[in-house]
Amino acid sequence: MSEKYNEIPIAGNIIEPGNSKKYKTGGWRAERPIHSDEKCLWIKNGTCGRCWIFCPDMAVILTEKDGKYAYAYNYDYCKGCGICAKECPTDSIHMEKE
Amino acid sequence: MSDKPAVSIKDMLKCEPILSSGHRMCAGCGAPPLIKLMGMALRGPTIVCNNTGCLEVATTIYPYTAWKIPWIHVAFENAAAVASGAIEAINAMRAKGRYKHEHVDVIALGGDGSSFDIGFGAISGALERGHDLVYMCYDNGAYQNTGIQRSGATFQGQETTTSWGGSAIPGKLERKKPLAEIVAAHKIPYVATAEASNYRDFITKFRKALDVVGPAFIHAFSPCPRGWRSPTGDSISLSKLAVETGLHPLYEVIDGEEWIMSGPSKRAAEAGLKPVDEYFKTQGQFKHLFKPEWEDFRKRIQEQVTHDWELLKKRCGVD
Amino acid sequence: MSIPKDKITVEGLTGDAAIAHALKQADLDVLAAYPITPQTIIVEDYQRFAADGEVKAHVIPVESEHSAMSACVGASAVGGRVATASASAGLALMWEILYCAASMRMPIVFTVANRALSGPINIHNDHSDGMGMRDSGFIQLYCQSCQEAYDTTIMAFKLAERHDVLLPVMVGIDGFIVSHNVERVEMLPDDVVTKFLGVREPFISLDPDNPITMGPLALTDYYFEFKEQQDEAIMGVPKAYNEVEAEFSKLTGRKYGLFETYKTDDADIIIIAMSSMGGTAKVVAEAMREKGDKVGVIRLKMFRPFPTKEIAKALGKAKAVAVFEKAMSFGAAAHPLALEVRTALYEAQERPMIVDFVVGLGGRDVPPITFVEGIEKTKEYLKKGKAPMYETLGVRK
Repeated sequence: MSEKYNEIPIAGNIIEPGNSKKYKTGGWRAERPIHSDEKCLWIKNGTCGRCWIFCPDMAVILTEKDGKYAYAYNYDYCKGCGICAKECPTDSIHMEKE
Repeated sequence: MSDKPAVSIKDMLKCEPILSSGHRMCAGCGAPPLIKLMGMALRGPTIVCNNTGCLEVATTIYPYTAWKIPWIHVAFENAAAVASGAIEAINAMRAKGRYKHEHVDVIALGGDGSSFDIGFGAISGALERGHDLVYMCYDNGAYQNTGIQRSGATFQGQETTTSWGGSAIPGKLERKKPLAEIVAAHKIPYVATAEASNYRDFITKFRKALDVVGPAFIHAFSPCPRGWRSPTGDSISLSKLAVETGLHPLYEVIDGEEWIMSGPSKRAAEAGLKPVDEYFKTQGQFKHLFKPEWEDFRKRIQEQVTHDWELLKKRCGVD
Repeated sequence: MSIPKDKITVEGLTGDAAIAHALKQADLDVLAAYPITPQTIIVEDYQRFAADGEVKAHVIPVESEHSAMSACVGASAVGGRVATASASAGLALMWEILYCAASMRMPIVFTVANRALSGPINIHNDHSDGMGMRDSGFIQLYCQSCQEAYDTTIMAFKLAERHDVLLPVMVGIDGFIVSHNVERVEMLPDDVVTKFLGVREPFISLDPDNPITMGPLALTDYYFEFKEQQDEAIMGVPKAYNEVEAEFSKLTGRKYGLFETYKTDDADIIIIAMSSMGGTAKVVAEAMREKGDKVGVIRLKMFRPFPTKEIAKALGKAKAVAVFEKAMSFGAAAHPLALEVRTALYEAQERPMIVDFVVGLGGRDVPPITFVEGIEKTKEYLKKGKAPMYETLGVRK
């Protein structure tokens, strides 16, 4: 915001790919998704994953380690849209007021 | 270069995402999921040329960019032309032995505003010239980025800021421009309609589009909670409903002559189309249609949708 | 070391053909253009070279001029050497993208057969199209002859692609007057041009190995800084051009400078004009000198950036400057060329009277007698000590 004209690349070029991750959109939320492992198919056997597929903000984190599956939200970016909750086939996600 | 596109969750998770978090598309916007799915269909090095619009503006607010692949925006109506120049320059340089990449895919992206209307000519020209590129239109039904004004893609009866549902006029009177059909009439190798809820269908189609030699076109449906006045969490389910009501049927056209209905629409044909009212009821932009004075108008919209659907089924050889 | 005469090819070529030959030797990657009179022959000739396999560029027959410049930006963005050509309404149609090409720092060469803007529709020469883009950030070079068109088109690539320039260049020739008139043109051998221009080395490009974003949204907090960058770049162009021309001149023995001067040292009245009018003006100056009037000529080549200090110095000692220009800026305090000249001289110690003659609009002939008329009027104004801000010559009124 304070760089001089000759301290930024020419022509408006942004040379650091994906640097928007420096901009945390989590502050936009009015509600946040809460996930429960109990009936979740990803936790169960690494299938489904609809929440991850459809999240517009890449804020669902699905991981696998040594055959165990883990689920987390990246609340830095989650905008609380509720798509994950709506698309979950096992009702494992509900939205709560921020 | 990957041989098959990623359609299983395990494979998709392995794909390097092409769009990063931190972009400023609205909560629940239908466009980023489309870009994510596009990313899973890519074959290798890819360059994107993007028209002005929601996607372009909200993903590249200086000094931030959400794009992790090479990306260029020039103006509102010219992604098809920019992409034409890019692919030809790459091919020319490669033929001279001056280009290090064996293959680079070039994709042009535009919203319905830039594709149906202002950039229509550039698309038609690029298709006629036969460049080896893919054009994807993410269609959210209006010029959303400038404040929800009607476009050639706006549905009949849809309220926008330049087609209000008032006491004298019930929203947009004109029918939606049949862009996919017009593009197919150019007899390009591959045209397909797609949307995010049927994600495997989308990824498969996008990969097909990349694989064909010559121009390919994807008309993708992209719900917009802000402009449509729909709940932010409904974007994927509304996309699905658009298919099930025949408002955005899924099909492919090969060489402009062979029409193939896609699985989800075939299932809709078997089950019978859901009435468009079910779709209209979910969004504020159609609320006015349920006033008693517009009942006939709403019925005529249904008739038109049914008529177009019957025609499509016939073309695809589906009963 | 000048290239030996036996290696130079001499042909009678029109301005369009000369440009086509220069483009042929420039080893383009893409030529994207849409036909418009009187530029058509540039692309037609180039397409014929392509049909005979003499060029390796991909020629894109775009469906509009707007797409022509857009395709050029895309092709330049991936690192290609690119050119296009247009005129008049076609140039006007690509107006939006001209600004994009310049601000995105694409070294595109844009050859223009200057032609009047509609309406009424007119296919003949004036400079309204070039003037319409004068704020776009393009470098603008106007050529008097077919030879100069050939020379300048080649130099344009070298100039544009310099990493301290990276700006698109407009090379203008008078529509029909130069574009369709056959003149003697000396052309360099292919290998000499190849060596002079080399292969384009992009400063930055769209490269999957180094993904960047080009053309973002820049809000109120950043846009202005990019314009500052553009300003700095274009103000460095005169120096860059002189360096490029010095090198080119070693091969050809020809030099034009930012402007040509003809008998200006002792001139009482200096004519300043662009393009083919420069030639007529020099002949008139010669004839008037024989009658005892000390007339000189400046034939301006570089209109953008305007060589302010240099022009002020070259004009300063004259009693009057007679601007002859083929463009009108309706409602302006002065018309485009006179506006620049007046501004250049405003703070000069020695300020000649400036007389602005608008001539030749819509291809109206500007014969020697029109120049004589203007000079005679200038002499009268000098006697009176006053001149009108501008006047039109050669129009029925």
